[in-house]
Amino acid sequence: MKKQNRQEVIMGFVTWAAAVVTIATLLFIIVFILVRGVPYINPSLFSFTYNSENVSLLPAMISTILMTLCSLVIAVPLGVGAAIYLTEYASRGHKSVAFIRATTETLAGIPSIVYGLFGMLFFVTFLRWGFSLLAGAFTLSIMILPLIMRSSEEAIKAVPDMYREGAFGLGAGKLRTVFRIVLPSALPGILAGIILAVGRIVGETAALIYTAGTVAQVPENLLMSARTLSVHMYALSSEGLHINEGYATAVILLLVVVMINMLSVKIAQRIGGHP
Amino acid sequence: MNCFTIENLNVHYGAFQALKNINLSMEKGNITAFIGPSGCGKSTLIKTLNRMNDLVEGCKITGRVELFNEDIYGDMDVNILRKRVGMVFQKPNPFPMSIYDNIAFGPRTHGITSKYQLDEIVERSLQGAAIWDEVKDRLKKPALSLSGGQQQRLCIARALAVSPEVLLMDEPTSALDPISTGKIEELLLTLRNEYSIIIVTHNIQQAARISDKTAFFLLGELIEYDETEVMFSVPRDKRTEDYITGRFG
Amino acid sequence: MNQLKEKYMGAVFFITALTSILAVGLICFFLFANGLPAMSKIGVLDFLTGREWSPTDIPPVFGILPMIVGSLYVTAGAILIGVPIGVLTAAFLARVCPSKLYRIVKPGVDLLAGIPSVVYGFFGMAAIVPLTGNSILSACILLGIMILPTVIGLAESALRAVPEQYYEGALALGAGPYRSLFFVVLPAAKSGILAAVVLGIGRAIGETMAVIMVAGNQARMPVSLLAGVRTLTANIVIEMGYAAELHREALIATGVVLFVFILIINLSFSALTRRVNP
Repeated sequence: MKKQNRQEVIMGFVTWAAAVVTIATLLFIIVFILVRGVPYINPSLFSFTYNSENVSLLPAMISTILMTLCSLVIAVPLGVGAAIYLTEYASRGHKSVAFIRATTETLAGIPSIVYGLFGMLFFVTFLRWGFSLLAGAFTLSIMILPLIMRSSEEAIKAVPDMYREGAFGLGAGKLRTVFRIVLPSALPGILAGIILAVGRIVGETAALIYTAGTVAQVPENLLMSARTLSVHMYALSSEGLHINEGYATAVILLLVVVMINMLSVKIAQRIGGHP
Repeated sequence: MNCFTIENLNVHYGAFQALKNINLSMEKGNITAFIGPSGCGKSTLIKTLNRMNDLVEGCKITGRVELFNEDIYGDMDVNILRKRVGMVFQKPNPFPMSIYDNIAFGPRTHGITSKYQLDEIVERSLQGAAIWDEVKDRLKKPALSLSGGQQQRLCIARALAVSPEVLLMDEPTSALDPISTGKIEELLLTLRNEYSIIIVTHNIQQAARISDKTAFFLLGELIEYDETEVMFSVPRDKRTEDYITGRFG
Repeated sequence: MNQLKEKYMGAVFFITALTSILAVGLICFFLFANGLPAMSKIGVLDFLTGREWSPTDIPPVFGILPMIVGSLYVTAGAILIGVPIGVLTAAFLARVCPSKLYRIVKPGVDLLAGIPSVVYGFFGMAAIVPLTGNSILSACILLGIMILPTVIGLAESALRAVPEQYYEGALALGAGPYRSLFFVVLPAAKSGILAAVVLGIGRAIGETMAVIMVAGNQARMPVSLLAGVRTLTANIVIEMGYAAELHREALIATGVVLFVFILIINLSFSALTRRVNP
């Protein structure tokens, strides 16, 4: 029996150790970035125009927001629409359903650099948009499509059938039921998926370097090249001159990610409270 | 000789008192039945006997429980307790492994590694549970491929494989069809003597069929405890009589 | 009138659903159309098994074997580091962690998932590279950390989905809580954990930015654990900026190889799971 108790102690230790390692790593990374970056945060980093002295990140931040909005505008209607089709309209086992799922799964697995290559070949070259915010946004929207589809589908499926039956019983058509009953009920789940997608966009680099390019100024229109915060960081690191400002940018990026995470936790709590 | 002796046992789940001042001794080699309406505490009591109640958050236990005169809440290693006191659950819960591995899990846990020994234990346990003939040719097949009744007999075999002294059965046949129920009741009668068996059942006729002694519980209290034949013909307490004759429950 | 609107909207939704099919079709088409000709010009075998990558030589040599091996080594190392720690942490979260602690640890893991790869790259450059150089080892460590949240997320759900009866059954036989966890609950969650590992592999193979900053990026067959290496992903990003003509097409072909690798991994995984759960 002693042998089993000794085994238990060892297994317990190993399990706790793994969890400690995970959390310690997280803390280490955050502290490290903060320590390296916070000292170099100064107002010039936030000037509206970029030049090689202030290496301001504000244009990149503005570009990030623009890029995010554009990608969402494209991906959310498509993703939610597809989710509605899959849950409310398609008959189970219809050939199209299997096909759509297979392609969505494939899209979800494609590495971001391959998306970048495709974006470059198709949007930048073939469609002649050049390195542009638009090319970047479209590329990103394909990338986040599976995410939006999956979370929207789950959220819509989670809406109890009795809501739908109640609406039908009152004579409401399918369309009305979907828009007035199902979607509002599924909204928190759909929003959660959108927030996840935003997190993905903010962190994306490889897909943007060769689609949206790396110009450091605020773009004047959608067809101009622009860099997001992540791309900005990469540019700073490969130029090698402003590593410290790179760390400062990392701090800002981390802050953005933390805020996005907290938002999704808030929304998850709301879903929990929903009947 | 008593297999279990319970003195002044009180069990609380948070603010709710599930068992009130239970005093009870169960004889070795007997089949003892716990009966009573839902919520009377019989399942709580049986789970106290192998300390499965330890898993419930907020469970507080006072009093003394002895297994063959040893305090189970004292120095006794809880895992050894659970080896000596086996349990079969209401819903059959074979592990998602092969039949062989299910039976061998207990012995392997307690240190037996030789294939020869394990083979022998597996065969002995499956025979003891009257299911050997049905499964001897498919020991490596998944246990979940068996029918409900077979799965429950498998769980009994699994409990037997660690050579317990006492078998606790928490409504072992309530999820099964009548034929399987009959088979298991027959099995329990053969296991008696070699093992002390304590069975919780909401089926009064089952208690009457197979048990030597019966304990009747109501709202956390032990109302009556007697030879089964006596309790079912001349119950001492009116509440016992009302329950047995079906006036409530 | 309403009937018409219903039918019309139904069609609209159907069309939106076709987007992913359209996207995959376009991606396959453009990648293959631009990459395959390069592969045939260079010679498929020379391209895939050539041990030398010198695009600026005259004549240029385009062998991507060093990068294939580099990606494989780096991914294997990441899995070796990330999966055991990830699965154990998932077991911790699913069964051992007290609820008060969970409210701190779980969001922590989610935060790890959200950190952008460039930030990981900066971290790796400054914290890992000084210790183990720009090398395979550094890349494995960094990637191992990066796939932790992926593995933990899926493994934890898989473990939580295992019915409680199995755990209780094991305990009732006298097995201790950790033994019951690792010998009964964990095996019951096999397929979910395998899915977590496959997802981790996908993430590791596809990672670009973080790897570039720590792996050294020498385009040659890996020499040792502490020597630098270049992955397929890094190859594309590093040289695309100045590549022309055949060189550029060779890089696109590298993307095709990567794409096919991922497809094979995902397909074999689906085939595997279909055999486990018929």
